[in-house]
Amino acid sequence: MRILLFANRTTKEIVRDPMAILFGLGFPIVLLLLLSAINKSIPVDLFNITELTPGIAVFGLSFMALFAAQVVSKDRESSFLTRLFTTPMTSKDFIIGYSLPLLLMSVVQGIICYIVAIILGLSISTSMFMAIALLVPPAFIFVSLGLICGTLLSEKAATGLSGALLTNLAAWLSGIWFDLDLVGGLFKNIAYVLPFVHAVDMGKAAMSGQYSDIFPHLWWVLGYAVVLTVLAIVLFKKKMKAD
Amino acid sequence: MTTAISINSLTKKYGMKTVVDNISFSIKEGELFGLLGVNGAGKTTLIKMLSGLTKPTTGDATLLGKSVTQSPEQVRQVIAVSPQETAIASNLTVRENLELMAGIQGFNKEEGKRKADEMIAQFSLQPYENQRGKTLSGGWQRKLSIAIALISEPRILFLDEPTLGLDILGRRELWAQIEKLKEKTTIILTTHYLEEAEALSDRICIMKNGQMKALGSAKELIETSNKTSFEDAFVYFVTEGDVQ
Ligand SMILES: Nc1ncnc2c1ncn2[C@@H]1O[C@H](COP(=O)(O)OP(=O)(O)OP(=O)(O)O)[C@@H](O)[C@H]1O
Ligand SMILES: [Mg+2]
Repeated sequence: MRILLFANRTTKEIVRDPMAILFGLGFPIVLLLLLSAINKSIPVDLFNITELTPGIAVFGLSFMALFAAQVVSKDRESSFLTRLFTTPMTSKDFIIGYSLPLLLMSVVQGIICYIVAIILGLSISTSMFMAIALLVPPAFIFVSLGLICGTLLSEKAATGLSGALLTNLAAWLSGIWFDLDLVGGLFKNIAYVLPFVHAVDMGKAAMSGQYSDIFPHLWWVLGYAVVLTVLAIVLFKKKMKAD
Repeated sequence: MTTAISINSLTKKYGMKTVVDNISFSIKEGELFGLLGVNGAGKTTLIKMLSGLTKPTTGDATLLGKSVTQSPEQVRQVIAVSPQETAIASNLTVRENLELMAGIQGFNKEEGKRKADEMIAQFSLQPYENQRGKTLSGGWQRKLSIAIALISEPRILFLDEPTLGLDILGRRELWAQIEKLKEKTTIILTTHYLEEAEALSDRICIMKNGQMKALGSAKELIETSNKTSFEDAFVYFVTEGDVQ
């Protein structure tokens, strides 16, 4: 009951910010339109709509980190969270209440992304549902990263870090814009230690219908998702007991 | 009369600095207790320890028999805090803010609605009912912040400088409500308006540098200090006075 009340409130707090909707939904869609338009005039494999969509869908998730960081850090700075700490709200109520709406929004965003891709010529297939389902584990990564930033940092730093740094990391180290094999070397190695490119690769694997190619990427993503979710919970609980 | 709050040698240190220094006293159920002291005396820190937001360095306190250090969850069931800072959800409307807190405190939807109606009427919030928190003026945000604390009908209510930033109408409204809440609610009130403390409080504690300098009714404090007004008595205790 409390969880749902608080989740409802988190949703309102986020969607009532027009900038959030504009960037969170609009930006990935604009990229999708732009890149597939480029692809129409200069065909590149990477920007083929089947290859492109899973990447953009993952990139779109990075905004969920921003929203999570924003809502938590704002609640902390406005002492609204401190006030809630004096009520019967438990850490479970808080953590699920913050993250559940964002996880749902992640899926909705993914669905919208794929609908736009269909309009742009992506053929409808069952593997599409698989690709959307595979957005859930990386969504946990981004939402947890956002919660961690929001729990530890000021609003300015939290939104800066998750907004600028994380979206860029997700963009550059995920093989969305360029083939990591072309760069190779250290850059590629770093990228494959981080979860972003794995999240994109498993989406591409799902879209191609080669479900066995989802592995080992899924393990990487799940590993990061579990570790970061646990870390977010631990840090938030610690914050509740502060001083 | 039973004891609502019993404070036993509560101490809070930040590093080397002792901000609440070995405070002990108790507050009876239904009492309106004024906590006074100059800026930085330790009032808010004391309230934070009593409401489970800050752990005491040493000592303990029990609220309706529940220890703040041993069972903070149970303490949270019976208290409500109106913090010194205005604390509202900025993107929720006035009504949504009130209903959210009612729900969190365990009221069902219908009750929450009814309670929100009550608070909106009591605080004359009708014109702003559907306006978002962040678009209210400072004083109205303040009223909403207090209303959020009152909506849960707590048995113990902490009001940390509630009248800060309120105009005279708002203050009078709040005084009337505090008078009404008295008896069934134990209230701990901090304020820098001495006439307010004098008029409302059954007993007053004056703090200075984290220590308790005086405890008693306004009248008793005036007598002890050999002054003619409460303001003079207050100044006496926070400048030269000592306990008793
Ligand atoms: N988290 C903290 N870390 C270090 N010092 C702190 C912390 N919180 C409070 N203090 C110090 O404790 C002292 C008491 O602060 P407190 O807020 O309790 O005072 P107060 O009586 O409420 O004052 P005011 O009337 O200004 O609200 C101050 O000197 C303050 O600097
Ligand atoms: Mg204070």
